[in-house]
Amino acid sequence: MSTSTEFPGPVKWVDDRLGIAKIGKKNLRKVFPDHWSFMLGEIALYSFIILILTGIFLSFWFKPSMAEVEYQGSYSLLKGLHMSEAYASTLDITFDVRGGLLVRQIHHWAAVLFIAAMMVHLLRMFFTGAFRKPRELNWLIGFGMLFLGIIEGFLGYGLPDDLLSGTGLRITNGMIQASPVVGTYMNFFIFGGEFPGDDFVSRFFIVHVLLIPGIILALVTVHLFLVVYHKHTQYAGPGRTQKNVVGYPLFPVYTAKAGGFFFVVFGITALMGALMQINPVWLYGPYNPAEVTAGSQPDWYMGWLEGAVRIFPGFESTFWGITISWNLLIPALIIPPAFVTIVALYPFIEGWITGDKREHHLLDRPRDVPTRTGIGVAFITFYALLWIGGGNDLIATHFGISLNNVTWFLRFAVILGPILGFWIARRWAISLQRADQERLLHGLETGVIMRDADGKYTEKHQPISTYEAYSLTARDRVVPHELGPETDENGVRAPRRALHKARAALSRFYYADAVQKPTTAELEEAHEHAHDADEIHELTEDTETYREVTSDRS
Amino acid sequence: MSDDKNLPVKPEDEHGSAVEVAEPIPDPGLEPHEPRITDIDPKAADRVERQVSAMFGLATLLVLGSCVAYFAIPRDSILEFGPLSGNANNMVIGLCIGLALFLIGAGAIQWAKKLMVDEEISEDRHPAHSSPQQIAEITEAFQQGTAESGFTRRKMIRNSLIGALGVLGLPAIILLRDLGPLPGRALYNTIWAKGIRVVNDVTDRPIKPSDMVVGQLVNAAPANLAALQEESPAEYQNAKAKSAVIVVRIKPSEIRTPPGRENWGVDGILCYSKICTHVGCPISLYEQTTHHVLCPCHQSTFDLADGAKVVFGPAARPLPQLPLAVDSEGYLVAQSGFTEPVGPSFFERG
Repeated sequence: MSTSTEFPGPVKWVDDRLGIAKIGKKNLRKVFPDHWSFMLGEIALYSFIILILTGIFLSFWFKPSMAEVEYQGSYSLLKGLHMSEAYASTLDITFDVRGGLLVRQIHHWAAVLFIAAMMVHLLRMFFTGAFRKPRELNWLIGFGMLFLGIIEGFLGYGLPDDLLSGTGLRITNGMIQASPVVGTYMNFFIFGGEFPGDDFVSRFFIVHVLLIPGIILALVTVHLFLVVYHKHTQYAGPGRTQKNVVGYPLFPVYTAKAGGFFFVVFGITALMGALMQINPVWLYGPYNPAEVTAGSQPDWYMGWLEGAVRIFPGFESTFWGITISWNLLIPALIIPPAFVTIVALYPFIEGWITGDKREHHLLDRPRDVPTRTGIGVAFITFYALLWIGGGNDLIATHFGISLNNVTWFLRFAVILGPILGFWIARRWAISLQRADQERLLHGLETGVIMRDADGKYTEKHQPISTYEAYSLTARDRVVPHELGPETDENGVRAPRRALHKARAALSRFYYADAVQKPTTAELEEAHEHAHDADEIHELTEDTETYREVTSDRS
Repeated sequence: MSDDKNLPVKPEDEHGSAVEVAEPIPDPGLEPHEPRITDIDPKAADRVERQVSAMFGLATLLVLGSCVAYFAIPRDSILEFGPLSGNANNMVIGLCIGLALFLIGAGAIQWAKKLMVDEEISEDRHPAHSSPQQIAEITEAFQQGTAESGFTRRKMIRNSLIGALGVLGLPAIILLRDLGPLPGRALYNTIWAKGIRVVNDVTDRPIKPSDMVVGQLVNAAPANLAALQEESPAEYQNAKAKSAVIVVRIKPSEIRTPPGRENWGVDGILCYSKICTHVGCPISLYEQTTHHVLCPCHQSTFDLADGAKVVFGPAARPLPQLPLAVDSEGYLVAQSGFTEPVGPSFFERG
């Protein structure tokens, strides 16, 4: 390979103006580590690109207007019906634009996938501790995108102005109306007066196609810039430390792998759009505020909110001439924001409890931080139970059980389930840690049983490789945050003593029962003990033969 | 009390703030690279090359196929697979494009995994924070700029600027005022009033008590609603959203009339708002034997024979009842409008 000091013609033209070699030399061979869980964010990014591409196509035909028209398109069942232009143009895209239904379905599937991918990506970040310093801001940015993505999806769901989307909006309208003091005002400003009015489609449209996608695009850019700046996290392993990043170069390996993966994601969503029906708006008919279909369901990501509203008992207080609708205020306006705030602030909460202010570039295995893993599972359980609540009618009808019983079960389960989930996951993680410790100190169980001269039976253990042993120990030694001395050297009482006490208690709880990795001395002692007891033993040919003999006998 | 005292490694460690983990076992370094079969066997590598090119070639054919399908398949032809069916044009175009995209992606990934060099390389990390020297330089530059501007010295300029920028937020909010009218009394009223006939919401025909048998439920609307449709479609929708009612005939012996509503029904015919008091879905599922109606959105259940009180679900209030009478021609009419706001609760409802 001869190295040229001058670019060929067209590249030189660009370089003369932009200096691309200076930018490119740093990033062309940028290293990214390889792990399947690192592609979840990619799925989210790619579905966002697919959403933009298909969305532009749809906007060429969609008319964001609630003006009333008489439908004269080719879908005969609705011919002659009065409906909004928004619904009529959605029918046109579906029945009269070739490829229209396909693109509309790809758009909807990609939206569903976008939010699902962001959520699973967030869970991966959570369980591996990837949100720790210096990545807390990127956690918040990612969380912001998830939040905006959900609103974006919900607005898009409302645009076709069919019976189902109108019902969804009416429910939203009812929830907003329950806000103390400002509820009715907010509704009148959002909808341009009473529900449904004739403004919301054009208003939602511009927010859906310009405002929110614009903000998400800006956030994606910052998100990716920070990934490059911080360099990707990696799992601990031989040669993979806090101070390096080991993997393949952006060019050519990740150009081909990640670029190829975009086509895979696009291909799969296109196949889903071709083969799997989603949101058949022509079956629902135009929005009619006096009608509703049984079994109405929102898109999956609104299901947990729907569930919270469904299972909350009908509490309401009336006093001093005002009405407080606890039955909406708590499940729709307090619990969801509180839930997302806790998730958003989790990196800071955990950092405060553990007192950990260091940079972390090595990911935790979920088992190595049992309490965090338990908290994550508690959150998932809470979310999943509410989500199930969003389909309580379908569960009742499909399984032939009483709707009331399903609802009552969920009312208790959303409180008890997360506690149980936390406890099981935490203990499970601790057991896995103990199993790892066992493997580290005593080696692999070979299944070979030896009998010595005294008739004593022992199982042969084979030591694990240095690489594996290193991987198992390449993690933090956990140290709970300690309460400082009550008084400083001058005898002055430390300020905010109660807060520090609480923090130390939380920190002890956070690390309680977690298995500490062995010290060098402990490791040596275990190995020596093993040699004495002849526990650890390289499998020789003799023992292989012995195993065969024993298996023949059995 | 320092927050860092409990940490095994001081953040001011020479390598930035990263934590050291290489104990009790020293880092053995990267595992040796295992060659793939395609690295050793040129035939295997050639086979992968053929696979990848076949995927790209097939993708080309499929893309061209999708273009042919666009023109060749009529827009309204249907493909059937047993109980399933779909629009042929959409499906074939989608299948061709989807498979083509998938094959392009799969080919590229196969190429990367099997043929491109797969030896892992390592890159050093650097702490996210700036070096002390950089911090010193930027601080100095900033202080110089501040001093040159006189921003800190000339407090009057600073304060008046903050004031001017602060009030700029006001027009940004005030200009949005005309997004909608103020609620006023809009939510308290419907178009129901004294003497308005109750009409079937499908046929628009007025209803006589004799038209209804015991156990029957009719979805109904006020007679003055239809005229609004010509006038203003939006007004019509808004009025419809609040005025929809259900008319039900129940055996008088099974009705428990709440006090004060003794003359609100006609021969066991009662009329309630159809709009759920929870979040405003139109209630639609009626069970004759129990006189319960169920809202399909959140499953609030109301007992129509007992003042439409809530028997289950998240709704807090009974459905408002419309007092009925019979006019001179024998049709059902409203004695008055609703005596309370219909639909979901709101703060100032009282």
